[in-house]
Amino acid sequence: MDAIAVNDLSKSFGKGTGRRDALKNISLQLPLGSMTALIGPDGAGKTTLLRLLAGILTPCSGEIRVLDRAVPKEALALQNRIGYMPQRFGLYEDLTVEENLDLFASLHGIAHAAREGRFNELLTMTALGPFRKRLAGKLSGGMKQKLGLACTLVHSPQLLLLDEASVGVDPISRRELWSIIQQQVASRNVTVLLSTAYMDEAERCDHVLLLHEGEILAQGNPAQLAAPLQGHAFVLEEIDAVARNLQAGVAQLPGVIDTVIQGDGLRIVMDKPAPPTLPEKLAGYATPKPVATRLEDAFVSLLFSRTQRHSIALPAQRGATHDDDAPVVEVKDLFRYFGDFAAVKDVAFSVRKGEIFGLLGANGAGKSTTFRMLCGLLPSSSGTLRVAGVDLRTATAEARARIGYVSQKFSLYGPLSVQQNLSFFASAYGLRNQHRRDRIAWALEEMELKEYAGMNAGSLPLGYKQRLALACALMHGPEILFLDEPTSGVDPLARREFWARVNALAQGGTTCLVTTHFMEEAEYCDHLVLMSLGEVLAQGTPTEIKAKVRRPELPNPSMEDAFIALIEEHEQASRRAS
Amino acid sequence: MRLVLQRVFALARKELLSLLRDAASRAVLIGPPIIQLLVFGYAATFELKHVPFVVYNQDQGQLSRDLIARFSGSPTFDLLRVVPDQNGLQQAIDDKSALMAIDIGPTFTSDLERGKATHIQLVLDGRDSNTAGLASGYAQSIVATFNEEQLAAHGASPPSTVLLDRAWFNPNLDSQWFIVPGICGILTLLVSLLTTGLSVAREREMGTFDQLLVTPMNPTEILLGKALPGFLVGIVEGTFIVLVAIFWFHVPFTGSFPGLYLGFFCFLLATVGIGLMISSLAVTQQQGLLGVFLFMVPAIVLSGFATPIANMPRAVQYITLLDPLRYFLIILRGSFLEGGSASLFWPQYWPLALIGTVSMIVAGRLFRSRLS
Repeated sequence: MDAIAVNDLSKSFGKGTGRRDALKNISLQLPLGSMTALIGPDGAGKTTLLRLLAGILTPCSGEIRVLDRAVPKEALALQNRIGYMPQRFGLYEDLTVEENLDLFASLHGIAHAAREGRFNELLTMTALGPFRKRLAGKLSGGMKQKLGLACTLVHSPQLLLLDEASVGVDPISRRELWSIIQQQVASRNVTVLLSTAYMDEAERCDHVLLLHEGEILAQGNPAQLAAPLQGHAFVLEEIDAVARNLQAGVAQLPGVIDTVIQGDGLRIVMDKPAPPTLPEKLAGYATPKPVATRLEDAFVSLLFSRTQRHSIALPAQRGATHDDDAPVVEVKDLFRYFGDFAAVKDVAFSVRKGEIFGLLGANGAGKSTTFRMLCGLLPSSSGTLRVAGVDLRTATAEARARIGYVSQKFSLYGPLSVQQNLSFFASAYGLRNQHRRDRIAWALEEMELKEYAGMNAGSLPLGYKQRLALACALMHGPEILFLDEPTSGVDPLARREFWARVNALAQGGTTCLVTTHFMEEAEYCDHLVLMSLGEVLAQGTPTEIKAKVRRPELPNPSMEDAFIALIEEHEQASRRAS
Repeated sequence: MRLVLQRVFALARKELLSLLRDAASRAVLIGPPIIQLLVFGYAATFELKHVPFVVYNQDQGQLSRDLIARFSGSPTFDLLRVVPDQNGLQQAIDDKSALMAIDIGPTFTSDLERGKATHIQLVLDGRDSNTAGLASGYAQSIVATFNEEQLAAHGASPPSTVLLDRAWFNPNLDSQWFIVPGICGILTLLVSLLTTGLSVAREREMGTFDQLLVTPMNPTEILLGKALPGFLVGIVEGTFIVLVAIFWFHVPFTGSFPGLYLGFFCFLLATVGIGLMISSLAVTQQQGLLGVFLFMVPAIVLSGFATPIANMPRAVQYITLLDPLRYFLIILRGSFLEGGSASLFWPQYWPLALIGTVSMIVAGRLFRSRLS
């Protein structure tokens, strides 16, 4: 018997001219006990499919059978057998961890006698045991997701539907979430269908479904999907410092589908199993070496043919001056307390002009707090902060006009159109007359927002929201750009595009400060600061940071390995000390 | 300076756009005012009409029937039925089918014909004291007229002092004339508070507030940009209601428009200031909404909209001095009914302006301290 059997399923939203097909004639079978990843660009229909399977939406046509029952007709009978975790799980923030579990147990009609044992099991599994009495609203992002998963699992469902369960979660919490999910599959033969933006997560599943514009573009096990690209992937090794400059050039070469900076090298995927012909200028640096393909290559190359690709060339913001050694951002002895709790402890770093500077850390490590202090949104408890030579907290309007800020979740004015958002920020930054018109036209042109100019910002696809947020922050040509988790929840293609823009900006002399949860994105940075529990654990170039955890048994650590090793080491050390 | 103005106007424009482009907030600005205008304009009235009453008439004569005819013929009273006995009378009051009962004794006609004084009994349902009091007043005036005519008919001289009442400003004591201008004040208060009271909280919830704070705008500019839409929306809705009052409800407008609009300005200064105070304290829109109603309800009760301030306990009367609606109601009613002009309203303008200035300054302070 199949856990999920879908036949010729279609779903569309809206009426008349606004009608939009979310899913077109989908058919699929997922066997019991299997683990399937749902991947695809934003707006591909992943969430719609999960919601249909959970019986929350009604299909326009087609049949759905879940655990041998028709959905949505018999959805009620299935409720106690399915666990559905939506993107933003509805925890009750004013209830404690235990009360939340209790509530979901009551909703599923679990007998009181059976609860205690199940709660203990779930709390041990999620390592939330010590926080039983803490309000859910006071948990860190990663803990909230774990609690959400625990609430979803409280009634021991046979089928788990997870919608981007690990979005916005740091690598450590992500690893924990995964071990919980895999444990469910292994020990209780639970069937799992999960959507994700992380290709490494998809790679760990038995089966992968690639959705694109409401259709299944490809499906199979991860190795199968990557197989046709065998021999297409190459790497240019040990080009460290020049990798970023090289990337833009290599991406333009004929036959190149994808380029990614990886460690001190550049990974290249070709459309044929032949290495790229490097122009003479580059040929001297390194020769392309073939490497194994992976799922991400398949994802990018399958979508490559279907989406038009655009070369990204942002004009230089300003002529690069050559006082490159003068720090643009300087932080010394920075502390921030919330009551007794030290969110940021003795942080110090400096950022040079034109650098891409990354701030990494687990949820609750203090990176957002540090970021907010840098932008002048939060006063520091003590220490010095200098951004472009001033403390933004007390800076004049002119000084603040020198920075741009893209906040978490791309905060835009939802009811306003793209054009109105741009024009508001242009005025807010004091642009006038011709200059103002030029910049708005520039934003619509360069960020490819023209065809969306009249659309409400709230109804844009996520990738476009991100572009609009970036456009608003760049409106006034700032010298320093702050990007707070700018790629959270964005699919790999949009992420690549975004980083190409940031690279181009940095080359034009704009200093970029970034926080991110995607460890492979840390590779794009010139300089990294790794934070944990409010302190700086390590800083340096990506290569330097990875070198810190190089061991005989781990000769070539990834950024994620380095991150987890360093943070676990630090957390243990500080636990021992206290 | 030009830059500051440009930024303030850009923010105000953005605020208005997000209010008007969003179907939900558009509905909040347009729906409730119209509903309230209709509800208050038509349903809320102090006049008494069609009061049901019963009669227990033990008298067989002509005069008792005359008196009853005077009651049933008046627009105030409707004769429900004639009851046969005391029980029927009690029943009608008990089950609330009648609000009033008239009990006429068996000797009513004969007493009067013999020139002897007599009495009738009026039973009122005191559970609704306000209506009972009003009904009793109307009944007394009917009986008084009846008495005068009886005296005249018997050749006796009528009482020497006759009370002739003339209601100035509202000759027919039409209560719509009193209530509709009051609604104008209440609704202006409501929309300006809603527009300003939730605006900062809305941005906090959407996360756009940080985005705003990193722009070169300073807190004062942000406050001004948030205040301006409150003013505009308040003036537009206020004007709409003034026009409805004049052309739909036919309330005479006898005063001057400059006087009224100077009042609007001072009043909005106060309400927008208070709205911004709420706004800078509220973290979520829910808190903002709660704050708005926490202020609105006492402000209406203490304003003298329905119950006269002069009847309130002295201590409460002092509190009403802080209520901007109190002053604005005087300006509104003055402009509509009394023919008042700006010169008459100075005692109202300056307290409003004072409340406005103080609340704006406090809002600015709160706003800044909330940021740090």
